[in-house]
Amino acid sequence: MNYTQKEYSDYVNQKSAKSPIVRDTIIAFIIGGLICCIGQAFSDIYQKYFGLNEEISKTAVSVTMIFLGSLFTGLNLYNKLAKFAGAGTLVPITGFANAIVSPAMEFRREGLVLGLASKMFVVAGPVLVYGISSSVIVGLIYYLLGVF
Amino acid sequence: MMSYFNAFWVGGLICAIAQIIIDKTKLTPARILVLYVVIGAILGGLGIYKYIEQIGGAGATVPIMGFGNSLAKGVIKEIDKNGFIGIFTGGTTATAGGIAAAVFFGLLMALIFKPKEK
Repeated sequence: MNYTQKEYSDYVNQKSAKSPIVRDTIIAFIIGGLICCIGQAFSDIYQKYFGLNEEISKTAVSVTMIFLGSLFTGLNLYNKLAKFAGAGTLVPITGFANAIVSPAMEFRREGLVLGLASKMFVVAGPVLVYGISSSVIVGLIYYLLGVF
Repeated sequence: MMSYFNAFWVGGLICAIAQIIIDKTKLTPARILVLYVVIGAILGGLGIYKYIEQIGGAGATVPIMGFGNSLAKGVIKEIDKNGFIGIFTGGTTATAGGIAAAVFFGLLMALIFKPKEK
């Protein structure tokens, strides 16, 4: 083995950089998949036992998942899971709730208005800005296509 | 039982793709959420996301992409119903429940719980 120091460290970096991606991705897949299964369970329950139609049950599932995401963030359990699960906990709507509650809790000591309420939107704000704006652009295009 | 299997792999796959993007590009979680909601709105506008939803059920609606899809779908629905004004009313009408829940539960939990001492 005639590796120079540089080649060797490159080799090590390459190896150690690759395997975490595979591991991170598998964990994100499993945890993200499981969170969606919880959503599916609520969807079934709301439709079967509460008689909600499909459209309303979707909203009810979102509200439920946001409640659970907020609660488990408050209990400091969601953040623990997130350290391990990465995108598996970030991408589901529970992760959106987490992104609201975490800074709200942390900045509460800076006040209820400019601390808690303002910092709540550190991440959620941009999501709403770009989400809503995209939908307005989609609407404009759809409307113009219908007119002409 | 099949619906749970489909929710699992579709939802898992959406999260796994985000994880690969995070690891490869070092995009911050906030940017991933923004990226995903915009992609969801575009796929919803193009009428593609409904096929993902037909397969994945909650696997497509629970990820934040589903929020983008709901925004776009709501806008289209309201334009069909009320014309031009629907461009502005449709998105947040369709997602009102989620937005109100996120704001209210965010406030409630931040008032009830104290952050862990570091």
